[in-house]
Amino acid sequence: MPKRTDIKSILIIGAGPIIIGQACEFDYSGAQACKALREEGFRVILVNSNPATIMTDPEMADATYIEPVHWQTVARIIEKELPDTLLPTMGGQTALNCALDLDKQGVLEKFDVEIIGASKDAIDKAEDREKFRTAMQKIGLTMAKSEIVHNQEEAKAAMEIIGFPAIIRPSFTLGGTGGGIAYNRDEFMEICGQGVDASPTNEVQVDQSALGWKEYEMEVVRDKKDNCIIICSIENLDPMGVHTGDSITIAPAQTLTDKEYQIMRDASIKVLREIGVDTGGSNVQFAVNPRDGELIIIEMNPRVSRSSALASKATGFPIARVAAKLAVGYTLDELENDITGGATRA
Amino acid sequence: MIDNALLALEDGSLFYGTSIGVDDESIGEVVFNTSITGYQEILTDPSYYKQIVTLTHPHIGNVGTNLEDEESSQVFVSGLIIRDLPMVMSNWRATENLRDYLIRHNIVAIAEIDTRQLTRHLRKHGAMKACIVAGDNIDADKSIKTAESFAGLIGMDLAKKVSTTSRYNWVDGIWDLEDGIQASHSKKEWRVIAYDFGVKRNILRILADLGCEITVVSAQTPASEVLAEKPDGIFLSNGPGDPDPCDYAITAIKKIINSGLPVFGICLGYQLLSLALGAKTSKMKFGHHGANHPVQSLDDGQVLITSQNHGFAVDEKTLPNDLIATHRSLFDGSLQGVHHVKYPVFGFQGHPEASPGPNDSKRLFNHFIELMQEHKT
Repeated sequence: MPKRTDIKSILIIGAGPIIIGQACEFDYSGAQACKALREEGFRVILVNSNPATIMTDPEMADATYIEPVHWQTVARIIEKELPDTLLPTMGGQTALNCALDLDKQGVLEKFDVEIIGASKDAIDKAEDREKFRTAMQKIGLTMAKSEIVHNQEEAKAAMEIIGFPAIIRPSFTLGGTGGGIAYNRDEFMEICGQGVDASPTNEVQVDQSALGWKEYEMEVVRDKKDNCIIICSIENLDPMGVHTGDSITIAPAQTLTDKEYQIMRDASIKVLREIGVDTGGSNVQFAVNPRDGELIIIEMNPRVSRSSALASKATGFPIARVAAKLAVGYTLDELENDITGGATRA
Repeated sequence: MIDNALLALEDGSLFYGTSIGVDDESIGEVVFNTSITGYQEILTDPSYYKQIVTLTHPHIGNVGTNLEDEESSQVFVSGLIIRDLPMVMSNWRATENLRDYLIRHNIVAIAEIDTRQLTRHLRKHGAMKACIVAGDNIDADKSIKTAESFAGLIGMDLAKKVSTTSRYNWVDGIWDLEDGIQASHSKKEWRVIAYDFGVKRNILRILADLGCEITVVSAQTPASEVLAEKPDGIFLSNGPGDPDPCDYAITAIKKIINSGLPVFGICLGYQLLSLALGAKTSKMKFGHHGANHPVQSLDDGQVLITSQNHGFAVDEKTLPNDLIATHRSLFDGSLQGVHHVKYPVFGFQGHPEASPGPNDSKRLFNHFIELMQEHKT
């Protein structure tokens, strides 16, 4: 299937200012997307409040707005430029949230702008913890176990289900006062008791802790014909408990047997299908118990992320560029890999 | 690191490294495999008989070895060449480290080889005859001569050498994270006879889970014997070597096809099937060996990421009119699957059973079941 001919202009939302924990990954993805779409002849309109990025260089887009990435500002840009489509998957969570706001406020409907790359539903399903949990249950994947506790009886029951260590969080307290991690029965009952007292609603949430588990990420790309490829697997050298952003990561994963890896591969593709990422790249995160291989899903990002920049660098596969092309109608088998001189497709 | 092992190629190239197996000498055809996971499955795949395998993934041995990841009862490769063997293994399933495993199975293996250089060499010049030797007093010139003495895989019938000698029934299902490998619980609805040309266990496990009661027979079993049992379908397994000289199998397959029974062939089985229907096969330059080969299904355009392991290929130009191409490699455009227009007969060049590799093409097994269903009614 060739590229879509019913669209002429595309609005790309950037990630805004670089904040702590971010590097230049969204500048990289945004710049790649601008280039990839312009070479296909689309009119590219860019909004990003960060003038220090490469993507806001004058020659990157046809029209560049250095304005706040906020729905009210972007709405005025839409009013002026009247783009056919909006590509929100290149500017991190900031851009996704902005797109959701624009939709909620009726701006997209009013000016007949179509979101490409990830649907509104997909963004919503991936972001909302409860919707995500339901979606994962539907495809047979487990998440960290979680229970709500109000009293001693419920605490005992929850302890049987969750096991140790358990993360105990009182609801609606500032800074989680009264919570903690329990490693044994005594601690569990004590922290639950404190938590129930500290919570204005007398309620604590008890979560299974994956502390010390092995942490993995899968970078998946899917096209509208449902072709799915894994760009790479990533393993964190530091276990769960150390934030991925602080951890040394290695691609590909190093300590999985083929049978375990294939479970993870199949699971990550299922996640994209269920969440509804029809075109583009996503990042799916897993934790694996090093003692028995138990696998839980942590989260997924229906967009290019820090990890996709890393994966692009490690593998040579330009995820953002390919994701942009898939968003405008191409399929994976139609795109040639620039790195291997076009020899290797998909 | 001590250089106490050598890989000598027929063209005179020498690669020195460190022995991680037994002190011995072994010859075969050296091929590269690009799979990142599944080295134990590769070592025990009978299709690698008479081949020395070099793995392009640099760290091999990370996850140790275990009894459930074996694809047959023994290690079939003639030798293993890797870049780096980690000092510790790290996986809950591991029961023995790779070095001990190789030594216990009497395999010559070398680490500390520049596998990238070796692979580029093989890509440029093609798969080569080689000699791999470990121990004291290595004589490079002698090793090159030994490498040259290997007869090569063209014209070599290896299927009958790796095949089972006696027939047996298969009961196990596929591996599960919680239960490991157990007898398959599926309701057995189909009687399948599997020709063993070097069969991988995961094929039998998948068939068992899909409801097949499987009897595995040796490569040289005549068609009359198999047909007399009135099975619902015949499976032709993967295997090593050149398909062309396996005349006994080709004769048997012709008879089986004419009987009208559903037939499914994988890898060597697919090549034998194609030969039986009149197509031709030829040796490839360096073959396909890996777990990430994109193959396109020609009827719906879907791309399947497949596991591959073959050094011979069916030439699409030689297909008879009633045998249609169903799959093609997106790497080099080579033929990857065929289906007969009249008979319920089809074959696939890649490995839908994965192990190692992705499960994308597993649905081909379901097609086999569908054909048996249609045939029965």
